[in-house]
Amino acid sequence: MAEFLLEIFCEEIPARMQKRAGDDLRKMLTEGLGKAGLSLDDIHHWAGPRRLGFKVEIPLKSPDVSEERKGPRVGAPEQALGGFMKAAGLTDISQAEIRDDKKGQFYVAKIEKAGRASADIIAELIPDIMNSFPWPKSMKTGAESFRWVRPLQSLICLLDGKVVPVEAGGVTAGNQTEGHRQHGRGPFTVKSYADYKEKLEGNGHVLLDMVTRKAVIAEDARALCRKAGLELVEDEGLLNEVSGLAEWPVVILGDMDPSFLELPAEVIRLSMRDHQKYFAVRDPKTGKLAANFIVVANQMAPDGGEAIAAGNSRVLSARLADAQFFQQEDAKKNLIDYYDKLGTVVFHKKLGSIKDKAQRMSALARELAPKVGAKPEQAELAAKLAKCDLVTQTVIEFTSLQGQIGSLMYEREGGDAEIVQAIEEHYKPQGPSDTVPDKPVAITVALADKIDTLVGFWAIDEKPTGSKDPYALRRAALGLVRLILDNNLQLDLSQELLKGWAILEMENIGDQGSGRLSDGVISGDEQATLANLVSFIIDRLKVHLRDKGVRHDLIDAVFALGEDNLVNIVARVEALQSFLSTKNGENLLAGYKRAANILKAEAKKGELPKGAPNGGTSGEEANLLAALGKAEDKIDKALGDKAYAKAMAALADLREPIDAFFDGVMVNSDEEKERQNRLRLLSKIRDTSGRIADFEAIEG
Amino acid sequence: MPKTSSKPLSFQGLIFALQQYWSDQGCVILQPFDLEVGAGTLHPATVLRSLGPKPWNVAYVQPSRRPADGRYGENPNRLQHYYQYQVIMKPNPKNMQDLYLGSLDAIGIDRALHDIRFVEDDWENPTVGAWGLGWEVWCDGMEVSQYTYFQQVGGLDVDLVSGELTYGLERLAMYVQGVENVYDLAFNDHGVLYGDVFHQNEVQQSTYNFEHADTDRLLRWFEDSEKECKMLLALNTPLPLPAYELALKASHLFNLLDARGVVSPTQRQEYIKRVRDLAKGCAESYVEIDAAVPEKAWRS
Repeated sequence: MAEFLLEIFCEEIPARMQKRAGDDLRKMLTEGLGKAGLSLDDIHHWAGPRRLGFKVEIPLKSPDVSEERKGPRVGAPEQALGGFMKAAGLTDISQAEIRDDKKGQFYVAKIEKAGRASADIIAELIPDIMNSFPWPKSMKTGAESFRWVRPLQSLICLLDGKVVPVEAGGVTAGNQTEGHRQHGRGPFTVKSYADYKEKLEGNGHVLLDMVTRKAVIAEDARALCRKAGLELVEDEGLLNEVSGLAEWPVVILGDMDPSFLELPAEVIRLSMRDHQKYFAVRDPKTGKLAANFIVVANQMAPDGGEAIAAGNSRVLSARLADAQFFQQEDAKKNLIDYYDKLGTVVFHKKLGSIKDKAQRMSALARELAPKVGAKPEQAELAAKLAKCDLVTQTVIEFTSLQGQIGSLMYEREGGDAEIVQAIEEHYKPQGPSDTVPDKPVAITVALADKIDTLVGFWAIDEKPTGSKDPYALRRAALGLVRLILDNNLQLDLSQELLKGWAILEMENIGDQGSGRLSDGVISGDEQATLANLVSFIIDRLKVHLRDKGVRHDLIDAVFALGEDNLVNIVARVEALQSFLSTKNGENLLAGYKRAANILKAEAKKGELPKGAPNGGTSGEEANLLAALGKAEDKIDKALGDKAYAKAMAALADLREPIDAFFDGVMVNSDEEKERQNRLRLLSKIRDTSGRIADFEAIEG
Repeated sequence: MPKTSSKPLSFQGLIFALQQYWSDQGCVILQPFDLEVGAGTLHPATVLRSLGPKPWNVAYVQPSRRPADGRYGENPNRLQHYYQYQVIMKPNPKNMQDLYLGSLDAIGIDRALHDIRFVEDDWENPTVGAWGLGWEVWCDGMEVSQYTYFQQVGGLDVDLVSGELTYGLERLAMYVQGVENVYDLAFNDHGVLYGDVFHQNEVQQSTYNFEHADTDRLLRWFEDSEKECKMLLALNTPLPLPAYELALKASHLFNLLDARGVVSPTQRQEYIKRVRDLAKGCAESYVEIDAAVPEKAWRS
């Protein structure tokens, strides 16, 4: 075995791309070398701000391979023989072996492929990989047509200590690399991976592995904080990023003017994190942010990092001073005073401005409030205020604080606490793991926001298609589902969507509103659109419940009855699922399917008999009829009471008489009258079961 | 104040140092372009010269005007008129990063003491249909330059990649001098401050930009510039150089309209597209004509 070492050295690779690039390089190389027949051992790869690397133990040569190729029969036409010889690399047919099988004799060529030198394999493979490397974004440089993430500077390509002079992007591989720009530029000439690692991590001042860099940063940052009586605010995402921004990370504790701590903590954290890539630091006693930050430099400065800390602190101060200025400016007006300015921000060309949206949301919130247990006036005002912070300077600067800033402003104004909360929470839930608002006003506004969004985009025919969902409508629909289920809200989905639609129509917005939407009547087309939206939401419900082990076919079976109260759907589905898992349920389903199949077959022959069945000519028929009558009453009452388990129990009572009926009675009697009555009984089984669910939709 | 080896450079001293440094690297040192532009990139020495197959190395100071950024001279960091220092090297030399770092040494930033980083930042300018990949360069967490490898200009793929460096001179000088307010910058070594030179200009220009610029007239001028530009591009022998100047005028007039707050977001996109179409037309025509012009044409 021999060691193969590769380093691709270039200008600074975006931090977010490094890990993936390292993994891709490893994958492409192991696959390529493996495909060439080389066995791989002791594989290792690394990625950092300026380099990607890989090492592996491989043989110096790929193994010889001998393979057999089956050819045409002896005596086959010239043309077939010629083709075979060409493909097998034979100059004369006598070089092929003749073998027998049942049908006669045929040719077999034995092809011996000598193994190839690993150096040749590598020399071919590396340019291929580099020319097709899957960077998210790549560029050309100088006069080269080669693309890489940033200009390529050099390559190390060593096999068994010897240079394999591969070429890519105008660079020929050698055995030299650079270290840290400031602390150990080199160049370093390397003989092996061990030599490479020792030189770079030693005099070169480059930590090769991202994992090592992360560990160094995290440990040093914690220790530095501890020494100062502080505590690091851990942030894995930021740690990943900064570990891609320094080859030789040096952690420095900086400070800032404590007066900035009056800013909302989120503003400080975002300023540090998003703009400056600093970690926040807290006081372990109070749990509140301290007037410090952690910056990860790429430099060991002779002054111990004093100048670096001071410089970073100045930049942070300028940012926080801006934020303070925005806050002061924003506070000059009350939150509601920003309402009109929402008219200048487009929500969607065809759906008007954010102000139009807020207006619709407040009309909808007013309608929804009583069903959620909120006061209509309160919900209406909350919905009006919910979007106002979008035009404050603070949110324009710190977009991700939408909701929080408005909430804070309204709180400072002394506003109603429930409205304060609704403003903050109305965007929730933002995804499957986000928390769901659970206070009436917040729920109402959150619902209104999502319903308006969904109805609006359906009205203008901007539904998600395939993987494309630019307006995050799947998320909105899932949010709607979770709001309703988690809060056990009794809402008829279609009706609420219809209200949203009506409000949209009244607003008569844009070119879309003139005419089609404003007639006040729901046309057939519009009904179809709404029905499509409802089934989209039901799909989200299925996805949501799938994770909890609920069968999607049962949701369909219940939804098919026209039930669109999500809470009821779920309760019915759960009752149904537990019923079907019992012996009674299984048999009943089988009985139902049997009845339905007979009816289907008979329906093909001619129209099924109409009218109500009677007691018929057998005891089984009379029993079944009586049982069906009883069950029907019980089921209707139970459904009315939303006592779904009871309804299932009533259905379960039918199992025996149905089984007895099928065992003792022949449906297709020669006596036409008997046949008709028995078919009527089967229809009644189907209809009675159908009150619980559309058993037709149930699988199994 | 950052630790530097000697007395920090004045604002003009900083410019002299950069001029000398980039002159030593073989750049043509041009003077500012004599039209209002929103960024140093828009100078024809960048936009047009980065097109076509001819090498080109240039550096210049360019006043940049962003009417909407005016703050009546009251904000210590924001100006509607400020200076950028712009370097173009086409094709970008292999050691361009080192050349750039050398320029930081030249203006007195001690790289042993300060933390210099190249942080991903891809640049695009939709009004001239240009984009490239590169970085923001950070010095102790402050952005001191924009560094870009042009990939497309005027909607055209470049033949040779240009490396572009843009230094925000006021910000850099504030850093070098350790000053918190731009108006307190030492303009020279004889007591003249930046505010002495420019404060009144910020006050008056902001007042004009935000309060008095006549939007009907601006709109008419915009449309006139657009027409004139199109006319020049439609000639039998088009004139891309003057046409490009008219595209720049249209661009600045749009910026003024924008500052007056009369441009809705939808219209904004439309205006940007109109200017981009002009710029693209100029770029295409420039490439075609430049290819036909012989070397040292004036001698023939």
